Amino acid sequence: MSNSALFLVVLITAAFMVIAALLIAKWLAPTSNNPHKGDPYECGIPTRGTSWIQFRVGYYLFAILYLVFDVETVLLFPWAVKMKDMGAQGLVCVSFFLVILALGLAYAWKKGALKWK
Amino acid sequence: MFDFGVVTNWIDLFLRSNMSENMALFVEFVLVGFAILAVYAVLALLLIYIERKVCAFFQCRIGPNRVGPWGLIQSVADMVKILLKELIKIDRADPVLFRIASFLVIIASICTFGAIPFDPALHAVDFNIGIFYLLAVSSLGVVGILLAGWSSNNKYTMIGAMRSGAQLISYELSCGLSLMTIVILSGTMQLSEIVNQQSEMWFLFKGHIPALIAFVIYLIASHAETNRGPFDLPEAESELTAGYHTEYSGIQFGFFYLAEYLNMFIVAAIAATVFLGGWMPLHIPGWEGFNGIMDKIPPFIWFFGKTFFCVFLALWIRWSFPRLRIDQLLHLEWKILMPLALINILLMALCVI
Repeated sequence: MSNSALFLVVLITAAFMVIAALLIAKWLAPTSNNPHKGDPYECGIPTRGTSWIQFRVGYYLFAILYLVFDVETVLLFPWAVKMKDMGAQGLVCVSFFLVILALGLAYAWKKGALKWK
Repeated sequence: MFDFGVVTNWIDLFLRSNMSENMALFVEFVLVGFAILAVYAVLALLLIYIERKVCAFFQCRIGPNRVGPWGLIQSVADMVKILLKELIKIDRADPVLFRIASFLVIIASICTFGAIPFDPALHAVDFNIGIFYLLAVSSLGVVGILLAGWSSNNKYTMIGAMRSGAQLISYELSCGLSLMTIVILSGTMQLSEIVNQQSEMWFLFKGHIPALIAFVIYLIASHAETNRGPFDLPEAESELTAGYHTEYSGIQFGFFYLAEYLNMFIVAAIAATVFLGGWMPLHIPGWEGFNGIMDKIPPFIWFFGKTFFCVFLALWIRWSFPRLRIDQLLHLEWKILMPLALINILLMALCVI
């Protein structure tokens, strides 16, 4: 059995579970209605305005930093698989890459991007 | 020792002798699907029960004890109850994204679950890039959480989702880097191959100090990945009611709940597979008699034993430490765990040359 086919099986299983659970809930669950049922739950206080607004920029900074380091992880994985065969040469080559990355982290650190303001 | 290979081979032979090749394959696929669903559901119920019981004992309470002996059927009753609850529509929410969010979370969780090697024969998806697959699919859950918070159009869910997003993406880096340490040691990303290489000695012991550091980093980072314990500020109930799933009701809330518990199991299972040898018994080189006795214990018992040990560690941490603030959380990841993981990779590379 090929792995891709099995992956599809798992995906279909997940979709089946979601749909089956929703159908059972639709079929069994009671429904009732009143004018305030659809209000957002903010502890009983009437809500003011929408919450689809611009959010604080601190999260964005971390997302950008994450992007840099996640791409780095993706690039390092093939190296990690072949590390044993490459020996010292592979280590020296990749240490340049890692030093440049560490410099990037140090720069972000010094600039205060890692500080929660 | 008992091996599930006997059972699966028997089913395979039985089906092939009774029907055509393609039909047998189809029936096997359906069986695999049902097996995954059944194990998923049973484990979820079991984990919820264990969590409630362990938490109760940590707090000197009794925990669930009314439904069934020692409250064993409590979580089954809860699941039936949650299926019977109404799915409330929120007026100002984005209806499509609101639905999709809960599906994404649970589908990501089941897809990760399918790649775990429970036993030599009970291993559904075995890609040669297994660790890549685990990291890729499990990070889809973040998208679901962000969508859930955004689409509910509620201030609490929005704040919860943003915190959760920042936390999950940050700790994913340490997770990936600590798993990479073991990839350097084993030279492969295929999970079955990683387990097979640990037949002599588990990677935790084989990898000297770097493997030990990686294990600790992985435990902390994966614990944060599951949004639990001291890292549960996305759903800090004293400030955000219930975080990103405040507006969800009925079985849609149930999806988030199931996914949370199963993610706890999944990260524990990955820790057990990659660091503690998966279904491999404990072997000490040179001790033939001891190794012989250890071989008598079936592989799936080894796997579940190690996994539930890691689950217990996670519960222990969860009920022992107070919640962190978000600046402490990001400080821990970006200034301690990440640099440590990077240095650890170089150390491991030095070890294997």
